[in-house]
Amino acid sequence: MKKSIGLALSALLIAWSATALAQDAALIEAAKKERKVVWYTSLAIPSSTMLAHLFMNKYKGIEVEVHRSGSQRVLQRTMQEISAGIKNVDIIHTSDAGHFVLLKDKGLLMKYVPKAVESFPAGFKDSDGFYYGMRATLSVIAYNPKILADKEAPQAWKDLLDPKWRGKQVTAHPGYSGIIMTHVLALVKEFGWDYFKALAQNKLHLVQSANDPAGVVASGERPVGVNGAEYFYYKTLKQGNPIKIVYPKEGVPLVVSPTAIAKDSPHPNAAKLFTEFIFTKEAQQTLADREGLYTGHPEVTYPKDKPVLKALKLLAVSPDELEKRNEEIKKRFVEFFGA
Amino acid sequence: MRMSYAEAVGRLRAGTWLRLKAVDRTLPVWIGAALFLIFLMILPLGWIFVTSVKGEQGFTFDGYLQVFKEGALLKAIWQTLIISTWVGVIAVVIGALLGWLVTRSDLPFKRTVRALVMASFVTPPFLGAFAWTLLAGPNAGELNKLYRWLTGAEGHLFNIFSREGLIIVMALYSFPYVFSMIANVCELMSSDLEDAANILGARKWRVALTVTLPLAAPALIGGFILAFLHSLSLFGAPAILGLPAGLHTITTQIWALFQYPPRLDLAAALSVPLLLATMALLAVQKKLLGRRGYSTVGGKGGQKRLVRLGALRIPLFLLVVGILALSVFLPYWILLKASLAKAWAMPLTWDNFTLHNFTFTFFEYGDTQNAIINTFQLGILTATVGTGIAALIAYITNRRLFRGARYLTFFALAPLVVPGVVLAVGLFIAYTRPPIVLYGTIWILFVAYLTKEMPIGFSQAETTFKSIHPELEDASRILGANRLRVLKDITAPLARSGLIATWCFIFIGVIRELSASILLFTPKSKVISVVIFDLKEEGQVGVIAVLGILLLVVSFAVVLSVQWMLAREVVATRE
Repeated sequence: MKKSIGLALSALLIAWSATALAQDAALIEAAKKERKVVWYTSLAIPSSTMLAHLFMNKYKGIEVEVHRSGSQRVLQRTMQEISAGIKNVDIIHTSDAGHFVLLKDKGLLMKYVPKAVESFPAGFKDSDGFYYGMRATLSVIAYNPKILADKEAPQAWKDLLDPKWRGKQVTAHPGYSGIIMTHVLALVKEFGWDYFKALAQNKLHLVQSANDPAGVVASGERPVGVNGAEYFYYKTLKQGNPIKIVYPKEGVPLVVSPTAIAKDSPHPNAAKLFTEFIFTKEAQQTLADREGLYTGHPEVTYPKDKPVLKALKLLAVSPDELEKRNEEIKKRFVEFFGA
Repeated sequence: MRMSYAEAVGRLRAGTWLRLKAVDRTLPVWIGAALFLIFLMILPLGWIFVTSVKGEQGFTFDGYLQVFKEGALLKAIWQTLIISTWVGVIAVVIGALLGWLVTRSDLPFKRTVRALVMASFVTPPFLGAFAWTLLAGPNAGELNKLYRWLTGAEGHLFNIFSREGLIIVMALYSFPYVFSMIANVCELMSSDLEDAANILGARKWRVALTVTLPLAAPALIGGFILAFLHSLSLFGAPAILGLPAGLHTITTQIWALFQYPPRLDLAAALSVPLLLATMALLAVQKKLLGRRGYSTVGGKGGQKRLVRLGALRIPLFLLVVGILALSVFLPYWILLKASLAKAWAMPLTWDNFTLHNFTFTFFEYGDTQNAIINTFQLGILTATVGTGIAALIAYITNRRLFRGARYLTFFALAPLVVPGVVLAVGLFIAYTRPPIVLYGTIWILFVAYLTKEMPIGFSQAETTFKSIHPELEDASRILGANRLRVLKDITAPLARSGLIATWCFIFIGVIRELSASILLFTPKSKVISVVIFDLKEEGQVGVIAVLGILLLVVSFAVVLSVQWMLAREVVATRE
């Protein structure tokens, strides 16, 4: 009796995995017929190019067309094309989770749940199954150790307000970067707008992308980055550039960057296959190892010299609030910083 | 006497054409060209006006009111005026000095100086601006580092991320316009009046100030207006140098209004003052040049002698070298260095040397190939079609082929009043909706480039046809050839070199265009300039340097091969 149950069970299991495999094969087949997938992404150029090549090597014959820009530009592009009736984008990926609330509300996303996300923590998942956090990073302070000794370097968000930093800091822009949009909201919730008003007195160098401060700090153009993508600072540091990253004790903004398939995706199967791929342990582990990113995948391990997220005080903001306050944040930031 | 004779001949000829009109099979071609032109201009500009006054329900002035109520927008207008005025002044000083020196003095290496001025002309201003961020960033900039090393000082010599920095860089890439105007005038000016002053006992410098300068005054003012308008319409340089310092100009502000959620009504309302300013200035320029203009200066009859610079010869030459270093040598050097370095701010040692920027750009980075194809496709297409249309219109207006033909000049030159960003706003509104959706294809860029380059193409073609006397055409017409045959056998061969130069001008203008492209591109239709701007926003210095060098190499290859083919200078005027 027991034996037969066991047999039946294993038969079921085999049948189930066979169907799963068959489904996979069918998806790959269908994706190959579509030949390509168009990815609008805010992931840094070297990282997104790397991921695309990883996919193209695994699934020969499917081209990944990467179009990288800042999160807000990706949204602008997507909306401009939709309003002109152009169907070009397959996958939308930005670091402003609010975008996905907006796109979902407007009915512009396709519902699709990749297999691997089941084990992901709640903060990486949309409860209705439209978008999922593909990667996570932090917005941190960084400085150039060749110019600043460790003991004089800023260690906390409030340290950055000191007038001695006048003309020595660089900030990225929430009107371009989703990471910075999240950063500004997280800090406004902690310290209020007065914090940024005071910060602006230091005459900051204004760049667009959250990745750009890494280069500005490393070159010494400005010795202190008052924000920026932690993964890009880390990558730049690993290339031998003079950068030190500070994870302020007051809390570090956590940025989870979602990905979703466009409702009118011209290559829906390739889009699904690519989405499945980016959530596999293989791809997620590569993002952690080579790009210095955090992920929602529970089995992924991280480089020894990166802090464990649990050891940090994280400042998370809700996608809904990001969506609601997007315009306010852009407007006030421009008001304080001039452009 | 001669004038009235020429006029009489002109009238006679015009009359002949009119009588022949009925049987002239080429007439539809001329009319088609005219209609095409009206279509390119009227539709986008019309949409700008409509959008700027269209409210939720009916007509409104809200857009304009908001422009003048909102501090940031008003500030951008004000900044733009200050910046452009200074750019105009500096460009006139540099352009006039260099223009005079290479035409009327015994400056050494004049041909080389001309070639280098042409190099500044060919360099896209956004690329120059980018190079200058690496040269004169207050802390990491090479020149400021050199300054600290030499003097032991703490601070910086110059901060390029400032209004002053922006003005200087824009002037460096605007002065060639003034240069070519002044060089032309100086070449046409005979020395008779100067001789008279000399004989009457005036010294060299007094002659220059009291005779030469007043003669050149219309050209100077015209040059100022040209440089002013050029800087008014620039987008890349202010975005790269102004925005980091929290400084908006009208063009960057219009671009910012396209961000989501787009405020097309405000963008349109902000475009209109820019359009009106440009129109007003061009009207002033036309009046000035029209009244006194080149006719005072006269033909090439008189004798010309070179002014001896004497003791100032070497100092002036060094000054010229210095100016060209700022616009050409230093920017090119830093681009080359950045393209070959792992870390651009470090010395280029073996440890810091890499070819990765090149391999990444050409073999890994997905945008490169597509952008190169789009850019050159558009360059060749626009240059070919543009030269064709410009030649047709210039031919019609020059030979007065039908009544009212001279009004065509107006339409061919009209795009001059439309800055690239404004044109793009109009095209965006006009061609993102049915019946004609061009947005999302390279055709919207084609339309933008064609419109934008038409005035330059037309003036080039016009000059060409002016220099070909109609007698030869008349002769073959009398002998029974129809106009197409005449065009093919007589006019085309004579106009060939001038038209190739026109083609070259348009091609170079197209492959460096940014201010219209930035609003009209989609991922499929990205061009190199847009990719460079995208990369700038992410701070990918090495890749930008590689693409910038590519753009420069192609531009120079085109100019030089055309020069070689025609054995004449194309961009600069003849010596």
